Amino acid sequence: MARRVTRTRKWAVTIIAWAIGILIFFPILWTFLTSFKTEGEAVAMPPSLLLFDWTLDNYREVQQRSDYFMHFLNSVTISLGSTVIGLIIAVPAAWAMAFQPTKRTKDLLMWMLSTKMMPAVGVLVPIYLIFRDTGLLDSRLGLTIILTLIDLPIIIWMLYTYFKEIPTEILEAARMDGASLYNEIVHVLTPMAVPGIASTLLLNVILAWNEAFWTLNLTAAQAAPLTAFIASYSSPEGLFYAKLSAASTMAIAPILILGWFSQKQLVRGLTFGAVK
Amino acid sequence: MGSITLQQVNKKFGEVNVIPSIDLQVEEGEFVVFVGPSGCGKSTLLRLIAGLEDVTSGAVLIDGKDATRLPPAKRQLSMVFQSYALYPHMSVRANIAFPLKMAGMPKAEIDAKVADAAETLNLTDYLDRKPRQLSGGQRQRVAIGRAIVRQPSAFLFDEPLSNLDAALRVNMRLEISELHQQLKATMIYVTHDQVEAMTMADKIVVLNKGQVEQVGSPLDLYRSPANLFVAGFIGSPRMNFIRGAAAAAFGVETIGVRPEHMTILSEGGTWQGTVGVTEHLGSDTFLHVHTEDMGTLTVRAGGYVGFKPGDRVGITPDADRIHKFDGQGKAVK
Repeated sequence: MARRVTRTRKWAVTIIAWAIGILIFFPILWTFLTSFKTEGEAVAMPPSLLLFDWTLDNYREVQQRSDYFMHFLNSVTISLGSTVIGLIIAVPAAWAMAFQPTKRTKDLLMWMLSTKMMPAVGVLVPIYLIFRDTGLLDSRLGLTIILTLIDLPIIIWMLYTYFKEIPTEILEAARMDGASLYNEIVHVLTPMAVPGIASTLLLNVILAWNEAFWTLNLTAAQAAPLTAFIASYSSPEGLFYAKLSAASTMAIAPILILGWFSQKQLVRGLTFGAVK
Repeated sequence: MGSITLQQVNKKFGEVNVIPSIDLQVEEGEFVVFVGPSGCGKSTLLRLIAGLEDVTSGAVLIDGKDATRLPPAKRQLSMVFQSYALYPHMSVRANIAFPLKMAGMPKAEIDAKVADAAETLNLTDYLDRKPRQLSGGQRQRVAIGRAIVRQPSAFLFDEPLSNLDAALRVNMRLEISELHQQLKATMIYVTHDQVEAMTMADKIVVLNKGQVEQVGSPLDLYRSPANLFVAGFIGSPRMNFIRGAAAAAFGVETIGVRPEHMTILSEGGTWQGTVGVTEHLGSDTFLHVHTEDMGTLTVRAGGYVGFKPGDRVGITPDADRIHKFDGQGKAVK
């Protein structure tokens, strides 16, 4: 029997969905609103939601005190750099594991994933020492390398899942049709894998952009990305909620916009293969 | 162009000996069907011919030349897959043109050949569509179009009709047979459906557990099956096998009688029994008759028989068409 959808039920579900949506979105909204308040209003009790004197002072001051554009460029370099290098390594690795699997392929995949289960702080000291001795501390190159390494298991896993979805028969058909390995990859495999590669790329840029542990611990000033830019407005000089909020808004805005424009691709990518 | 020879072909997957040893000759222009139950190695055998799997030992000869170590792309064979295996990102036109493009043919020539193939297969109106915008039957025709467009030495079909519904399957069966008459090319066709095998083949190869049970024309296999397996596999409904006293009367271990080679009577007859389930097909009626010592026998009768479940009946087999088998299941003349 088909499930009956009554009018009341539809309304109830809609309201619950909106409530959950707003609950999840609220911290971001609050940060955004606080960034337009004065420091006094930011901590006022009871807080006002919309009826306060809107001001752009916080943005002006944040812009004067620190170089937003430098941090932004660092973030772009590091997240794009680590994603591109990661893909260059992961695409052939995932191809090999999806289309030429051996007895050990599953174990290898699990082992790669298991590295993500270890708390990052567990290897902080050795990595810090390696970075200090090789002069990689506070360098974009160093951060790009570390982010590539920590996100590589996820990239390989995502791509592996996409490639597994491509029916082997289609590749065999190409072979029967006289395609060389090169033609098979260029004309058949890659066009079919583009959606998967694109959503992996997007997700990884977002992950790398938001990564805070390594970016905060391995940088000081030169290579500091936007995560460090936000952090510099927290504790040491006392709490300035309004400026902190302004910095946060500026840091997350680019990635939020990217996410907004690519959400169709992301959703398709993350649910790929769930339904035929 | 188009003869294929298998010499002591053996295939192992790890420890599993899927195909112990097969020798087979496919003549130029022949329509050969590999038939057998699932898991009998028929698809593996086709893939060995195609080059999609490597033989463990033995040799595959195409047009008399050793092709054992040639990659699939160099064997000049075309294949139609069960799942169609169309390129989903390409239009129908690009799908059909793909093998020609790979062969480096000039564009004008490709266009002409694609138009020809599309004409043959009634696909002209669909050339600019993507595979996902086509029905199952149309997709299968595109797959066939992709196979015929470059005139290969031989065509390989791997259960091409099993994803289609019954009515379409009968249609496509006819189309493939017509295509064979038109092109006069060698075709090797894998199926588990003995009706497809019987209706399409010049030569049937019955496979079981990786071994060839019998090779012959459809009517040869039907009239004189070499053993119990072939006797039970070819023909629908399957042959009745009778052991015990009734078989001993013929001096053998087992006798086999096809449902269509028995007469049903209201009294008398060689054997007696009670009518169980009756299946009315309109043109024919299949009666399942329970006997005391020979189990259940299936008997074909005309479309208008009056027997009802529970009736006592007599059955007389057509004496000339009783198949006899020895203790090893081999046919005895």
